[in-house]
Amino acid sequence: MFVINYSKQFSTKSKSIALKFVIHLVSLLPLINLYYLAFTDNLGADPVEAVIHFTGIGAFNLLLLTLLVSPLAKKMKQGFIMNSRRLLGLYSFTYASCHVFNFFAFDLQFNLNLLLSEIIKRPYITIGMVAILLLTALAITSLNRIKRQMGKSWQKLHNYNYLIVLLVNTHFYWSVKSEIIEPIIYISVTLILLALRRQKLKLLFFNRK
Amino acid sequence: MLIKIPKSYQLKESAVTSEQIYRDRRSLLKQMGFLGAGALLASSTKSNAGVFDYFSKEESRQFITKPLNYAKSIKDQQVLTPEMKVITHNNFYEFGTKKSQPAELAQNFNVKPWQLTISGEVDNPITLDYDSLYKSFDLEERIYRLRCVEAWSMVIPWIGFSLAKLIKKASPNSKAKYVAFETLYDPEQMPGQASRRLGGGINYPYVEGLRLDEAMNPLTFMSVGLYGKTLPPQNGAPIRLVVPWKYGFKSIKSIVGIKLVEKQPASTWNLLAANEYGFYANVNPAVDHPRWSQASERRITTGGLFARNRIETHPFNGYGEEVASMYKNMDLRKNF
Repeated sequence: MFVINYSKQFSTKSKSIALKFVIHLVSLLPLINLYYLAFTDNLGADPVEAVIHFTGIGAFNLLLLTLLVSPLAKKMKQGFIMNSRRLLGLYSFTYASCHVFNFFAFDLQFNLNLLLSEIIKRPYITIGMVAILLLTALAITSLNRIKRQMGKSWQKLHNYNYLIVLLVNTHFYWSVKSEIIEPIIYISVTLILLALRRQKLKLLFFNRK
Repeated sequence: MLIKIPKSYQLKESAVTSEQIYRDRRSLLKQMGFLGAGALLASSTKSNAGVFDYFSKEESRQFITKPLNYAKSIKDQQVLTPEMKVITHNNFYEFGTKKSQPAELAQNFNVKPWQLTISGEVDNPITLDYDSLYKSFDLEERIYRLRCVEAWSMVIPWIGFSLAKLIKKASPNSKAKYVAFETLYDPEQMPGQASRRLGGGINYPYVEGLRLDEAMNPLTFMSVGLYGKTLPPQNGAPIRLVVPWKYGFKSIKSIVGIKLVEKQPASTWNLLAANEYGFYANVNPAVDHPRWSQASERRITTGGLFARNRIETHPFNGYGEEVASMYKNMDLRKNF
């Protein structure tokens, strides 16, 4: 029948490309729009705070999406979804880098001494910096060539994603003044995503001992 | 009976626009007119509102501010924070914890009728109604720096009167050592008081306090307006406190009660996190907030992301000459 053939016309490859295209769109367009509004002073009274918050929460959302990929692919039995995980991770890294750059460039206005003292003195910033350093390591090693060279240690390194997501939760929770409901929602979502892979996490924990 | 002979300009029925199209066109024009009027209204208080345009269209009405008669302040060298930014960047958790939320959620706030009572250790308790807020004292303009504890600041032209005048009128007795302030408690009008999510987990009503000598300092100001007009609700309509040498959270908004008391009164942020927010809360670059530096601040004016607006923070927000003597025997690291 035509109908059946029609659905099979979409190969795994084209589905994967379509998904990646969507990810590019929904990740890049808001970022471009954000900086356009901020540079032209159309992002509220304090564009600096606005860009810091937007990129921070954006990085966090994308990071959680990377954790959703493998449970979703398994559940839906759609292997092509797995191909989008690296892209989501790299966009999370991009947003996180913008977040740190916004803080340093627009909030601290390139005051390096202030940046260093803030990193040392403020636990939530210290933790955030650790998270971005780990995320950078994951981003660099996501290149196919490096991945192949790393062999088994690649997976070991990339398991640090679980640590990163916990650090980012703490960073968010400690950064707010009193409005803790949003951080608590993020913590709950994180716990659910980790619970979905409790077998793997148990194994990881067990092997280390 | 008159026999009609159609003239060339008289159209046949077939040429008549169908009723459906006519109606669609009318409603389209109506909508355009409505939007146009809405845009005019919005631009009267916030030109260049930018992203805030989205909600101003949805608002059923805009809070109306009225021009005030007042003695103008002498202009100094300070660059004022644009009015649009002063009225759209607010920490007023009664209307939501996000800076843009009070400007969105407070537009239907009702300030009439209003009652402000001055009571406690006074010989002459006073109740001011809405009209007497503006008529009891001569109004003057004061251009003050406002330093938020979150390390940003503005320069705002307030209109109002000295708190000292009001307190003197109530004639405090010898027991009066402190002044306690209270914001309106009305969860129906203030969504942040009704919802924990919007209100940031604060126990309402919001309360604040000053030592009597601080309250009587000539700088301490009761504001009923800004930029020449009555206060918009997001800035604390109809009457709020302005204490320019203290962090912004001391400058309590939409006040209904002022009480002269014997003991140091409670203050909301101090109750919430005593290690982060002290009772005095004097602007002090030498004492950091546990989670961020207070040595410098970002002055909110214009220029978008590239505004080089980070400036040094000064002790007592630069008002040391007028207020430092009140604290000369105190350890300001302990009494932060």
